[in-house]
Amino acid sequence: MNGIQPLVKVENLIKHFPVMRGIVIQRKVGAVRAVDGISFTIERGETLGLVGESGCGKTTAGRTLLGLYPATAGVVTIDGRDVRSAKGKYLLAIRRTAQMIFQDPYASLNPRWTVHSIVSEPLRVHHLCKTETERVERVQELMGLVGLSARLINRFPHEFSGGQRQRIGVARALASDPKFIVCDEPISALDVSIQAQVVNLLEDLQDRFGLTYLFIAHDLSMVRHICDRVAVMYLGVMAEMADRNELYEHPLHPYSKALLSAVPVPDPKKDRARRRVILAGDVPSPINPPSGCRFHPRCPLADEQCSREVPQWRLAAPSHWVACHKV
Amino acid sequence: MTALLDVKNLKTRFHTPEGTVYAVNGISFHVDEGETLAVVGESGCGKSVSMLSVLQLILVPPGEIAGGAALYRDKDLLKKSESEMEAIRGQEIAMIFQDPMTSLNPVLTIGRQISESLHFHMGMNQKAANARTVELLDMVGIPDPSHRLGDYPHQFSGGMRQRVMIAMALSCNPSLLIADEPTTALDVTIQAQIVELVTRIRQQVGMAVIWITHDLGVVAGIADRVIVMYAGFIVEEASVNSLYENPRHPYTSALLGALPRVDRRRDRRLKSIPGAPPSLLAEPHGCPFTTRCEFAIERCKTENPPLTSVEQNNHNIACWVDIKSGAPR
Repeated sequence: MNGIQPLVKVENLIKHFPVMRGIVIQRKVGAVRAVDGISFTIERGETLGLVGESGCGKTTAGRTLLGLYPATAGVVTIDGRDVRSAKGKYLLAIRRTAQMIFQDPYASLNPRWTVHSIVSEPLRVHHLCKTETERVERVQELMGLVGLSARLINRFPHEFSGGQRQRIGVARALASDPKFIVCDEPISALDVSIQAQVVNLLEDLQDRFGLTYLFIAHDLSMVRHICDRVAVMYLGVMAEMADRNELYEHPLHPYSKALLSAVPVPDPKKDRARRRVILAGDVPSPINPPSGCRFHPRCPLADEQCSREVPQWRLAAPSHWVACHKV
Repeated sequence: MTALLDVKNLKTRFHTPEGTVYAVNGISFHVDEGETLAVVGESGCGKSVSMLSVLQLILVPPGEIAGGAALYRDKDLLKKSESEMEAIRGQEIAMIFQDPMTSLNPVLTIGRQISESLHFHMGMNQKAANARTVELLDMVGIPDPSHRLGDYPHQFSGGMRQRVMIAMALSCNPSLLIADEPTTALDVTIQAQIVELVTRIRQQVGMAVIWITHDLGVVAGIADRVIVMYAGFIVEEASVNSLYENPRHPYTSALLGALPRVDRRRDRRLKSIPGAPPSLLAEPHGCPFTTRCEFAIERCKTENPPLTSVEQNNHNIACWVDIKSGAPR
């Protein structure tokens, strides 16, 4: 890597949420093992896709990595700074470097705030503008960057459509000049014709400012389009990670294969000719995950070893990581 | 052969405090026996409202069915009384909805919820209804069905609840199943299970299906024929192969251009459609897609194009321009 450190480094990140019982005297009776030991790096200027079904821990991973949830264990460094031990000014500096865009553009903006207050909040928190005039100018500049008219600066979120609201969320994330943005399902609440607008915007901003993205999504077609590398999660752990074309054309893990084969293709002749691996059953509970490989109860290849031993996260080919006994 | 359901010039409006919402603006379509028709469009395009109108499931007021007819086996559903409709819903035409959690009653066992329509429509006694319920649950792939009759909806996962909904819809052997975004709330692997299930059952019992969705990928796999809706109008109607190989309406063509493909390497930027769908609060004049359309001509602003045939095999579009040549038609 020519001595240049990756922007984001995650080693064995674990996030468990305690399950409590009792009303007055509460005691811990178990844990939701939402993220259970994941490791990856993201290079500068790269987009890493994190995919998986609902409840696989991809959103928790994104939030824990920014320190929005305190991690249970593991090491996260963003731009050389350790996130877990960060406090005070040091934490503020990390927050300035690393921002987030949320899934629901209806819930993630304060309905009582104008666009100006929403977008200028990071400017105020990080003391990035000296005067109010400077702040207004900066907000107008940001609105221009995301394709919103600066005239709308004093409007409230309800006056915008879903796609425009997501643009406001993007402007807010850009306000502090971040290097790294976690995009948590930024387009899944939007209609198809609007999704392409937001995706193109994210790509333009990346080119212009050299941004690094962690793109969390369940839309595997869009992930192939936007991401350089893709990681597949299942029930809190990593199943596979590789460059996008390698992963989509030569998936190794049986779960990745099933997941990719389940995605419908907008072409009737091709879609009907595709061979689908239909998985039986549902994703098990992360409170009591299956022993050994977590995918073994649904896996067509599973044998006795899979139910006993946890598969190692290893390199199966150059820059192609996988956790499976059968590969 | 006459169509199973033949909807003509259906108009639905909602009178709200903000004004009248023109939700469905005179649409005509038909479904044949045993056929799968997909209705595609974005949020607010009127795809659900038009189907709910046909079944008289629109709350009146604020809703109003302002005109049209819905001939089911040559009888107009829009002229039927509530009690006549009750005999048709569930028995002749069944519907499943997007969110299986909110469409099941959380305090009744699923056995009771499925057998309700068996009592009501088929007059079955408890024993016969239970036996049929077990058979239905088995058919939709719920393991160990006889032991799950006494379970409540919260004891089932999202995919399993959608299976329960399908079992309920199938209970009286309907001739038409209307599926309103049945897989939108589900993960892709579960979506593939449900799509496979509905396709298999349709072949087994030979019912017609109207599948409402915004997902052009799902449509490609299941539909025989497709109608594309935009702002309360049908803008294109074609057989599934004709639509995907040769989209003729600017909106359909743009939508397909905006979709990334899971089976292809990235070869271009996504083609985005500028702007947003129009407000439905104004009575529509001209083509609703005009402001976002790259082919728009002067005539589009004032005159609404009727749905007309452009090819053989019933490929119809509502557009004044031929997008292949860019010239007015």
